[in-house]
Amino acid sequence: MSSDSHSRVNNFAFKIATVNGSGSASANALIRRAIFRMGVPVSGKNLFPSNIQGLPTWYEIRVNADGHTARIPTFDLMVAMNPATYARDVDEVRSGGWVLHDSSWPLPTNLLRDDLHFLGVPLARLCNENFAGARERILMKNIAYAGVLAALLGLDAEIVQKLLGETYAKKKSLLDSNYKALGLGYDTAIDTLECPLPIRVEPMDATGDSIIMDGNSAAALGCVYAGATVAAWYPITPSTSMIDAFQAFCGKLRKEEETDRSRVAILQAEDELAAAGMVVGANWMGARAFTATSGPGISLMSEIIGLAYYAEIPAVFFDIQRAGPSTGMPTRTQQGDLMLCAYASHGDTKHILLIPSDPEECFYFAVKAFDLAERFQTPVFVLSDLDIGMNDWLVPRLRWDDSYRPDRGKVLDAEDLETIDHFQRYLDVDADGIAARTLPGVHPKGAFFTRGSGHNKHGAYTEDADEYVDVMERLRRKIDSAALHVPSAEIRTARGASIGIISAGGCHRAVLESIDSLAPRGIAVDYLRVRAFPFSHEISSFLGAHERVFVVEQNRDGQLANLLSLETGVPRDSLESLGTFGGLPLSAQDVVEGVLDALGSAAYPKLPPRRANA
Amino acid sequence: MTYILKPKVRHPGLPTNALGLTARDYEGAMSTLCAGCGHDSVTAAVIQAVFELDLPPHRVAKLSGIGCSSKTPTYFLGQAHGFNAVHGRMPAIAAGASAANRDLIYLGVSGDGDSLSIGLGHLCHAIRRNVRMLYLIENNGVYGLTKGQFSASADVGTRSKRGEENRQEPIDPIHLALTLGVSFAARGFSGDKVHLVPILKAALQHDGFALVDVISPCVAFNDHVGSTKSYLHTREHAQLAVLADFIPPAAEITASVEPGGVRSVTMHDGSTIQFRQVPDGYDPTNRESVENYVRERQRAGEVAMGLLYVEPGSVEMNENLGTVDRPLCELPYEELCPGSARLEEIQLQYR
Repeated sequence: MSSDSHSRVNNFAFKIATVNGSGSASANALIRRAIFRMGVPVSGKNLFPSNIQGLPTWYEIRVNADGHTARIPTFDLMVAMNPATYARDVDEVRSGGWVLHDSSWPLPTNLLRDDLHFLGVPLARLCNENFAGARERILMKNIAYAGVLAALLGLDAEIVQKLLGETYAKKKSLLDSNYKALGLGYDTAIDTLECPLPIRVEPMDATGDSIIMDGNSAAALGCVYAGATVAAWYPITPSTSMIDAFQAFCGKLRKEEETDRSRVAILQAEDELAAAGMVVGANWMGARAFTATSGPGISLMSEIIGLAYYAEIPAVFFDIQRAGPSTGMPTRTQQGDLMLCAYASHGDTKHILLIPSDPEECFYFAVKAFDLAERFQTPVFVLSDLDIGMNDWLVPRLRWDDSYRPDRGKVLDAEDLETIDHFQRYLDVDADGIAARTLPGVHPKGAFFTRGSGHNKHGAYTEDADEYVDVMERLRRKIDSAALHVPSAEIRTARGASIGIISAGGCHRAVLESIDSLAPRGIAVDYLRVRAFPFSHEISSFLGAHERVFVVEQNRDGQLANLLSLETGVPRDSLESLGTFGGLPLSAQDVVEGVLDALGSAAYPKLPPRRANA
Repeated sequence: MTYILKPKVRHPGLPTNALGLTARDYEGAMSTLCAGCGHDSVTAAVIQAVFELDLPPHRVAKLSGIGCSSKTPTYFLGQAHGFNAVHGRMPAIAAGASAANRDLIYLGVSGDGDSLSIGLGHLCHAIRRNVRMLYLIENNGVYGLTKGQFSASADVGTRSKRGEENRQEPIDPIHLALTLGVSFAARGFSGDKVHLVPILKAALQHDGFALVDVISPCVAFNDHVGSTKSYLHTREHAQLAVLADFIPPAAEITASVEPGGVRSVTMHDGSTIQFRQVPDGYDPTNRESVENYVRERQRAGEVAMGLLYVEPGSVEMNENLGTVDRPLCELPYEELCPGSARLEEIQLQYR
């Protein structure tokens, strides 16, 4: 037995292995929320298959008093509820850790590791004895293991019960059986196991002004607050839950009371081409419209993205990135669409990208995306990913400034049109690269022909070289000028730092944690987080100020590094790419090991191994 | 194309409509299509229809895809907003536009390549959604702009200008639309403006997706002997089955059955479509009977023409979605943003 069983109060991680479709999600959420309500920083990450029922699924919960909530790849406790994955699950537990298993059946002896504590509770037997019906027995087994966990981790039983009460407030019959199952697990654990474990939760006061939210819900709420009235989409993992959330929010927030009619239209399209087309059609009419999709959807939408870019129609695209080319791994995360979105569609194009790092930014960037799309009359992409979009993140409470009003950009209304002689759609009157637009139906003088074919600055069809170049040069100026209006990079400097790290999006928390753990090793790091594209000037300055720059990202080819090199002129081989692209969220360990390897292990001691079998 | 620009002078004797506009006010730019192109006749019919309906030009949104037919919205309604979209995607753009602004009158022009090949999926789903619009297919059986390849509407046995024979089954937009539950289906001929104008008027007033398939011969690539979409072949084989007149709601509503087999169908807004020439046993509101009739005519080597089908109780997309009466794009922001206090409340579920 390892000696690594000293107290790890409010600083540990555990993983729950189940079968998908068995109803474990509510049990997992119950535990995660109970820890949050005890005031302790916590996050939850769901690893799930592209499947509805019967395949392995995992939920990882990290508890960290310092607020580090990035994924960590080894666990103090494994709740091993799925025999199909026992071997691999047991393997992921750190030496000295615990395995909770269902002792209704004996555990295969080849799985036993002598450096772990095996805790058996006969969950299936308890549920079979206490509940009738196969479905209820399966469902209640989840709540029963939640009860065991509550005892093992020293959770406040009152808080857990209260949460159950809130969850099933409208379904009293379910509440009773849930209470019963919770009690079965809790009492058995107290009676038969040593509770609580050294890894346990003690109340803190660190989550009072926080929420736990997934990025897709936050982005959807941002769309509601931005005033979006049309959403068009085609179902695709991992973006679907964003539209589901938008629909749910609008059901409560966008009803006309007198008539029960909606102040929103949500169109499920026949494919992503159509979804993008609908977004462009609605924006043409002056509504704020968006779509949510993932990489394969962006591939299909590229045709319409080029149209919106060239015809200068606002449009907002949420790309909840997933792993891989083609269908890839739909339920795994990646930052693989950066290059695709930056230059989506044929011909010369370039687009505004916003890259949120967590659900809080998903909310604010959603609003920003509509403002930028209308101001610059162009497609804007919000590049989220599966990890941000579908996992449960601890973030500061969202705030809203009631004085906010949408930036509609240059739109001529009926009064404006009355006073002008002749409207010319693509004439750059203010020399800022942005021409005024009109909305259909407002005034006869505003009429013009929107087109994706060659047009001149007056809006007429052209095949003339000079006229074509004139419009395209203005488009270049327009998009480049957006660099001054997009969210600026986040920069954190350290005294005596000689190396820099540049990263973006969902890598942020792992990078922050890695900087914290590199510091005691004498490695001071300056950090820049890219939040948008086109790149603002401080990014070039940062690159120029550091001899050694690591670019941390989650894709194979170093797309952010490529884009930085392409757009700032810094040589590509001066940027060192770090990160992972296997589809699991980045961990601080990945970054720390990458940096240490690059700097030379001789100069710096390595981290102690975290895995017994590693 | 014609190189003589039409003078912009108004003849004092030109008739005006209720808005005080003449038909000239509904024209657009000069056509750049080939001399004798069927599409130009369709354009003329559109101009007459919108003029006679007294439509304010700027309240019409005209859309098209890519191809010869899709060029034509430039040639009518110069004061209407237009959207020349990408190839085949126009029905989707129209659906989004209609969702955002349900008050405008939508007029889409497409061709057989645009609608029956690259955009077939979008057409099908626009029909299913019942987007309120006139959807014109200017159908000539060939790709004109790329010089004469067969389109998906080319009949088996028809010959291209180079003598090649088409052996693939055609897609008939009327059959297709009826199968998909279209709420209005008609077929016209560009060479017969007299019968096309009332069809277009009824279609523009229809509360749903109004498909109008117009056989519109391509004089450059598909008007030769051996083609089944030539002027001559169409004139010889057109079976002008269902003649119809459109009577706006303001006019006196006629009795539902008149002597001589005239049948009237009253539409949602009180307007009436009067079917003047209807074959025995034919019911323009009965989908199955229309499908059978169109198929029988096709088997006999004929093309059934006229206002073939109409669904008086048609429910268009925005009604089905249950959106508010006012256009979404005109809703003030204050009605759309729930505000900071509500945000606090919402966040309770995330704690």
